[in-house]
Amino acid sequence: MPVGTQGTIKGLTTNQLEEIGCQIVLGNTYHLALRPTSELIDELGGLHKFMNWPRALLTDSGGFQMVSLLHLADITEEGVTFQSPVDGKPMLLTPEESIQIQNRIGADIIMALDDVVKTTITGPRIEEAMYRTLRWIDRCIAAHKRPSEQNLFGIVQGGLDPVLRDKCVRGLVHRNLPGYAIGGLAGGEDKDSFWRVVAQCTAALPEDKPRYVMGVGYPLDIVVCSALGADMYDCVYPTRTARFGTALIPEGVLKLKHTAMADDVRPIDPTCNCMVCKNYTRAYIHCLVTKDAMGSQLLSYHNLYYMMKLGRDLHTSIIQGCFPEFVCGFLQKMFPKGDVPEWVCNAMEVAGIDISSCCAPFSSS
Amino acid sequence: MLLDCPSLKAISKIGGLHQMLGLHGYSFAAVPRDSLLCLPNCDGTNKIGASFETPCGRMLIKSAEYMKMISSLKPNIWASLADEVPAWTSEKRNRTSVDRTVQWLDDCIALDPADGGAVFGAIVGGSSVGERSRCAQEVSRRNVSGYWIGGFGLGESMDERPALLNAVTDVLPEEKPRQICGIGLPEEVLQGVAAGIDLFDSTYIYHLTLGGFALTFQMDRSKEHVPSYQLSKIGSDNAKINLRATIYRKDTSPIVDGCSCYTCQNHTRAYINHLLNVHEMLAQILLEIHNTHHYLGFFRLIREAIKEGKFELFCQKFIQTRRGHLVEAAVCA
Repeated sequence: MPVGTQGTIKGLTTNQLEEIGCQIVLGNTYHLALRPTSELIDELGGLHKFMNWPRALLTDSGGFQMVSLLHLADITEEGVTFQSPVDGKPMLLTPEESIQIQNRIGADIIMALDDVVKTTITGPRIEEAMYRTLRWIDRCIAAHKRPSEQNLFGIVQGGLDPVLRDKCVRGLVHRNLPGYAIGGLAGGEDKDSFWRVVAQCTAALPEDKPRYVMGVGYPLDIVVCSALGADMYDCVYPTRTARFGTALIPEGVLKLKHTAMADDVRPIDPTCNCMVCKNYTRAYIHCLVTKDAMGSQLLSYHNLYYMMKLGRDLHTSIIQGCFPEFVCGFLQKMFPKGDVPEWVCNAMEVAGIDISSCCAPFSSS
Repeated sequence: MLLDCPSLKAISKIGGLHQMLGLHGYSFAAVPRDSLLCLPNCDGTNKIGASFETPCGRMLIKSAEYMKMISSLKPNIWASLADEVPAWTSEKRNRTSVDRTVQWLDDCIALDPADGGAVFGAIVGGSSVGERSRCAQEVSRRNVSGYWIGGFGLGESMDERPALLNAVTDVLPEEKPRQICGIGLPEEVLQGVAAGIDLFDSTYIYHLTLGGFALTFQMDRSKEHVPSYQLSKIGSDNAKINLRATIYRKDTSPIVDGCSCYTCQNHTRAYINHLLNVHEMLAQILLEIHNTHHYLGFFRLIREAIKEGKFELFCQKFIQTRRGHLVEAAVCA
């Protein structure tokens, strides 16, 4: 899911998003509530109409942005207290308020307000946050005015503690929600801890409901999480890295600002069929990324195309029964020397995917 | 193109402008002056070459270097190197600019590669009717495919322009196209067309878009447009609206009703207003699409009016609608 923070994916038209094969876009409740406000969006018929996006939308609860963007945000049992960025007044975002705002914006999937804690934090705060998330999901469910039009997803919290995670999963599953997100990750924890939490959650969540790993991420992370049973992802990475002049390719990344690109007349990725790779050279894009907004626009287009294709390919390979082969092919291109990171190997083992053909044997140390 | 990025070597490797930009169905005209990033600097220009102010500093371009660029870019049309001077230069400097420009035309033609595309001879002469005429006569004697009229949009007033334009076009053969640089406002375009200009390049649309403006002037020749004083208070008028203004926050109409551009077919004024407020790139993209479309529509109307022999009537009506708005604004003020 590309992130269309303020009601747009930076620099791309909805037409282009459809071209790329994008099915669903994420909008940030915090930003939209600020400008142009959820009331205005509601008055004008909802976010789909406002942006003219005929496909699906998902909004987050607004809580994460507040905690990460605002200086004096604080979490209490009532909700998230913060200073209004407009006039400095103390404000409170409750689970009820978050759901109401999301009801007005009108996305197809809405997220519960959770008490999200960074995985790098330890101690009783994590337990407190997990239990509070469960109490808040009940308040969210009660406040939800459009359950037949908007799907409310719960978010599993619990830090890196398997006991807490387990309790949270059980609690949410008990509420029988349309879908579940695995939250609190993608915040700086080490990869080894990261995949274990994902694996534990996906094993315990119902098989017939979508599992959404929030804030993920890098193509490699998406492949691993998919092997572990996750379905949905959101991340600013493809579009943000485009704005820094970096393109996503099967081998990893290509830095278009590098001087070597100035004379390179190949497309970004000769195997890619997107509009950008079909029409433009690295040399031309190299010029643009340093001087013109169109550079980042073209790279965003290509990067999103790459991500959409990755999702489609993962999906197709599962249906066709050749998922392990696809994963091996992916890893071989990214790690031609066979130096697949250990965490990936461990995760794939737990997922039951044999990738021995693309891993060089570990040197004994 | 003078900014050296991509390098000429890279452009040649790619195969020229059409390949590089992926715009194969279009024609390209290469001119030395780009009114945004490459401005003629008449104080720096000397007999060796033309000087330009660019983001990379001042650059002096000789005819030989210029022709190397042309052969790399492979445009369909290219203008010869010119010494453009602003309206207030001295007589002597003005005369020198004409002599130089003609000399450089000869240099460029001599260096022209066989498949170099059509050359448009550059004509300068500042705000002297005499020099304009002299330059035009000299250039028309050379073997060129058309004419590139430079030195406008550099300080002359709209009132003195027709005489200067006519001094040039009266002398030029009728069957060869004339292109002008630096003339962009609709009224100025009409002036140019009246004097016999065929092609225009300007930064008008670019600056409109940057400012958050959208063109709205009446395109349907049958409808009467009623100007609004309220609009002018927020920088909008008969020709354009300022989409940053708060009155558009909830306006769910397209920029122009019935406009067939992508922006008007898909988006509302309210959405663009929001995009401008949150500084999203998409705002400029959508505005540029509409403004370009609208502006090109204006040129189409001009061509139709000429074909029907009603060009002067078209001009009068157009200017009248604009004046009507100003009159009402003056009355209400």
